[in-house]
Amino acid sequence: MTRNPCERCEELLQDYLDRTLTDQEWAEAEVHLADCDYCRRRYRFEASLRRYVRLSAEERMPPGLMAKLEELRGLDATA
Amino acid sequence: MSEPEPATEARRIAARERDRARFEEEALALADQVYRVARRLVGSREEAEDLVQETYARAFRSWSSFTPGTNLRAWLLRILTNLNVDRGRRVQRTPPTQTLEETDYYLANKVASAAGEEALEQDVVVERLSQDAVVKVLSELPPQFREAVVLVDIGDFTYQDAAQILDVPIGTVMSRPHRGRRALKRKLTEEALP
Repeated sequence: MTRNPCERCEELLQDYLDRTLTDQEWAEAEVHLADCDYCRRRYRFEASLRRYVRLSAEERMPPGLMAKLEELRGLDATA
Repeated sequence: MSEPEPATEARRIAARERDRARFEEEALALADQVYRVARRLVGSREEAEDLVQETYARAFRSWSSFTPGTNLRAWLLRILTNLNVDRGRRVQRTPPTQTLEETDYYLANKVASAAGEEALEQDVVVERLSQDAVVKVLSELPPQFREAVVLVDIGDFTYQDAAQILDVPIGTVMSRPHRGRRALKRKLTEEALP
């Protein structure tokens, strides 16, 4: 049974970006992406979405927390 | 058994003190990263602060059980996620993920049909979604998916480290970011393209 190549490509998306595909799967994705605008756009979209999620989640430590952590130094119970 | 020479004993203690101080400095250098993960695991900034402080208190108390040369960031996060579970912040129930998940192109397809294929090339997601909306959606993911996405996509942990931190088999942890990201996209679609 022949499967829709774009569906197959969609399945490989996350592992492709995670770099956890086998060499064979990676080649399969690359071959398809090379001449499929539809999938290529969606791969790029996913990569940019991940960057945006990461960026959105950035939050610096509140001021003062570091000083509180510094105060915890020397808690070693066995010394 | 004779008592150790006082001079030897003093040297031993001094060496131990140096090791401890070095451990504490290395751990503190990671505080920003530990906080970032904590902040996305719990609901509020205050809770995240408490959790980070408890984590460091426990880490400093048990520093001698850390094996030098192994992954200190993962070791700290393991303490943090355990404390988070202990404190009952993680509501254990089966999440309705069946209805949450869509296929991986779902959000992209919705964006494309709302704004055209070219919209995928531009930063349409950024235009339509505030960062607050992303954070909100992330916080609404079922806990085990949120943990996995937070550790892997925000904390930059490998699947292997995430599995170790969460104390689950690697196969389990690998499916969680996948499912978590799909659930996230489904929720982002609802948020951005109602």
